[in-house]
Amino acid sequence: MDYKVPKQDINTDPLLSKSPDFNRKSAVMKTDKVYKCEIINIVELTEFEKLFRLKIADRTERELFDFRPGQFAMLEVPGFGEVPLSITSSANNKEYIELCVRKAGRTTEVLHQARLGTKLGLRGPFGTSFPMEEMAGCNILLIAGGLGLAPLRAPIYWASENRNQFKEVHVLYGTKEPAQMLFTYQYGEWEKVNNIKLHTIVEKGDSDWKGRTGLITELFDEVTIDPQNTYVIVCGPPVMFKFVCHHLNGEGIPMNRMFVSLERRMHCGMGKCCRCMVGSTFTCVDGPVFDYWSVLNLKEAI
Amino acid sequence: MINKVITKGEFEKFISGIIDANETIGPKQVDTDRDGKPVYQFRQVKSFGEMDLDYTITYSSVKNFFLPFREELSRFDFSEKDWDQTVEYRVNPRAIIGVRPCDINALNILDKVLIGGAYPSPYYLARRRNTFLVGMDHEPLEDCFCESLGQDTVHRGFNLFCEDIGDKYYLTIMSSKAFRFLENVKVTDPTKEDDIKFHERRKRLRDMFKTKVEMTGLQSVMDIEFKSPVWKKWGDKCLNCGSCAMVCPTCYCYGIEENIDVGLKSSRKERVQYSCNLVDFAEVAGGHNFRPLKEDRLKYRYYHHYRGFAQNGDEPICVGCNRCGRACLAGINPKDVINELQLES
Ligand SMILES: Cc1cc2nc3c(=O)[nH]c(=O)nc-3n(C[C@H](O)[C@H](O)[C@H](O)COP(=O)(O)OP(=O)(O)OC[C@H]3O[C@@H](n4cnc5c(N)ncnc54)[C@H](O)[C@@H]3O)c2cc1C
Ligand code: SF4
Ligand code: SF4
Ligand code: FES
Repeated sequence: MDYKVPKQDINTDPLLSKSPDFNRKSAVMKTDKVYKCEIINIVELTEFEKLFRLKIADRTERELFDFRPGQFAMLEVPGFGEVPLSITSSANNKEYIELCVRKAGRTTEVLHQARLGTKLGLRGPFGTSFPMEEMAGCNILLIAGGLGLAPLRAPIYWASENRNQFKEVHVLYGTKEPAQMLFTYQYGEWEKVNNIKLHTIVEKGDSDWKGRTGLITELFDEVTIDPQNTYVIVCGPPVMFKFVCHHLNGEGIPMNRMFVSLERRMHCGMGKCCRCMVGSTFTCVDGPVFDYWSVLNLKEAI
Repeated sequence: MINKVITKGEFEKFISGIIDANETIGPKQVDTDRDGKPVYQFRQVKSFGEMDLDYTITYSSVKNFFLPFREELSRFDFSEKDWDQTVEYRVNPRAIIGVRPCDINALNILDKVLIGGAYPSPYYLARRRNTFLVGMDHEPLEDCFCESLGQDTVHRGFNLFCEDIGDKYYLTIMSSKAFRFLENVKVTDPTKEDDIKFHERRKRLRDMFKTKVEMTGLQSVMDIEFKSPVWKKWGDKCLNCGSCAMVCPTCYCYGIEENIDVGLKSSRKERVQYSCNLVDFAEVAGGHNFRPLKEDRLKYRYYHHYRGFAQNGDEPICVGCNRCGRACLAGINPKDVINELQLES
C-alpha cells in the first residue's frame, strides 16, 4: 500500500539556463532573479535627481538585456526595496544602461547614498515601448514636463542615432524652475550635432534665466505642426499630458499617433500584484506606453 | 476522467491511508461564533476522525495554502561590498481533503492569473503541482450564490472529487495519482442506479439555492455604471479593513516588502497579501493617491471581481461563496451591491 504523493519538480530544461531572460517565457522560473549590476558612474543632475550608470556584471546577461525606448526596469536595492524606473539610455548601448532617479521615498533615498561600485539588482525590461520604427519618415515632437525628460531621453537617443530617418525633431521641455532642468549638459549636442530643435520654458525664472516663462503649452507657438506627418510622445504629470494631447488633438494629429507614458504604483512589473491597474488594464504589461485613444478609453486614467 | 463509486467505509480507509503517508490538510471546527454556530477552518490533520467533512464553509478559503499571507520570494546574503541572491520555491507534497466545488473553481481562476501570462509564478505553481486535492460536494448555505455564477459544480482542477449519494460516494477521478491510490481499496463501476442517484443529488443541491444574483450582462454594466451613485452609497459604509480580500478565495493582489534580518547579514523579499480596499493600495511616492475615495476603492474591487481583467480572459473572478459578505462588519455583500447596480441600469 503506497499513498505517498510524489514530489513534482517544476524545473524543466530551459529553465535551468543560466540567465533570466524577461523577454521570453522560457525563463519563467527566474522571474524574481535579478541581474547583478555595478554602479560605474553617478551624475548629480539636480538637488533631487541623480543619473546612475549601471553595468550588468555577467557578460551573457549583459548581452541578453535588450530593451526598447519607453520600457522600464525594476531596480533592486537589496535590503531596501525595488523601484520601477524608465530606462533613459540609448537602446543601442550594450555596455551599460542609465537610470535617472528622483529622491522620492524610502528606497530612492537609500539609492541616492549609493557610491561608485555599489552592487544593485536589475529585472526587466518590462512594458510596452514607443513605436520608433513606425515614426520613420515623419516629424517627431517630444514633449516633456519635469522628470518626464528621463523616459524621453531614450527616444531622443534613438532619433539622434537614426537622424536621417526622421524629418524635423522637436523637443519641448518645461519645468517649474531653471534649477530643475535635467541633462542640461547635453542640450548643446542635441541641437548642434543631432539637429534637434530644443524649446524650453519654466514656470518661474530666476535672475540668470533668459528663456521663456509660462506653461509648456505656450511653446506650441514655436513649432508649425503638419498633422498628417507628425508623431508625438508626451511624458510628464497627468495634468500636463491632458492639456497637451487635448491641444494637439485640436491641431488634427490622429490620436493613435500621440503616445504617453503612465505612472502608477508598481510592485511586480509582471501583471500579478494589481497595484498598477487603471480600470481593467495593467500599466506594467499593457503599458506604460499607451496611445492617446487607449488612454481615453481607460476607466480612471486621467 | 474516470467515474467510480466507493462505499463510505472504504473511503475512510482510503483517506486514512493518505493522511498516514502525507502532510494532510482538512476541514476542522476551530471555534464557535457568537450565535453558537461552529466555525470551520482548513488545518493540518493527523487522522480521519479529526476532520469535519460535513462542514458548512470554512471561514478563510483554501487559497491561503497556495498563496500564504506572507511568503519569501527571495533572499539576499550580504558579504563585504557584495551580496548573493537565492530564490527558493520548492515545496513538499501534501494533500488537501474536502474542498468544495466553488473553492476548486476559485483555484482554477487563480491558475489562469498566476500560471498564465508571460510571467508565471513559480511559487504558486510549485504549491499547486505538489498538492493532492480531494474535492467534495455539499449543501449550499442560505447566502451562497455560486449557482448564479455557474460555479456550483466543478469539472477540473482536482485529483479526485466525491459526490455524496447516500451510503456511497460517486467519484470523479482526474489524475493517474488518484487512480493508483484507489487501487489500494475497493471501488466499483457506477451502476445505473448510482447514476440516477448522482443526478438526483445534483438536482437537489441545485434547487437548494435561495440567494440569486443577477449576472446577465453584468460585465458591460460594470463599465457603463462606472459613475453610478450605488458606489458612493456602499463605499461610504466601507471601513477599508481589507477583511473581504483576506477571506476571498480569488483575491490575489499583493505587495512586496523587503526586510533586513537581525544581524544585518541578510534580507528577505516577501510577498504579502494586500487588499485594494486598503487606503494606500494605489498611493505613490510623494503622497498622490490614484484612488483617494472609499467608493473608488470598493468599486475597484467589484470591478475586478465582476468585470474581470484581460489576464483572466475578461471573465468574472467571483465564485459566489459570500465569504466577503459574511466577514464584512459594514454589511457590504455582493448580492445587495450587484442587484442594486442591475436595477439601477
Ligand atoms: C513605469 C514607471 C517609470 C518610472 N520611471 C522613473 C524614473 O525614470 N525616474 C524616477 O525617479 N522615478 C520613476 N518612477 C517613479 C518611481 O518608481 C518612484 O519614485 C519610486 O518607486 C519611489 O519609491 P520609494 O521606495 O523611494 O518610495 P516609497 O514612497 O517609499 O514607495 C514604496 C514603494 O511603493 C511603490 N511606489 C511608490 N511610488 C511609486 C511610483 N511613483 N511609481 C511606482 N511605484 C511606486 C514602489 O514599489 C516603492 O518601492 C517611475 C515609475 C513608473 C511606474
Ligand atoms: S463571494 Fe466574495 S469572497 Fe466569495 S469569491 Fe465572490 S468576492 Fe470573493
Ligand atoms: S470587509 Fe467590508 S468594510 Fe472591510 S474592506 Fe471589505 S467591504 Fe470594506
Ligand atoms: S506592477 Fe504588479 S501588476 Fe503591474
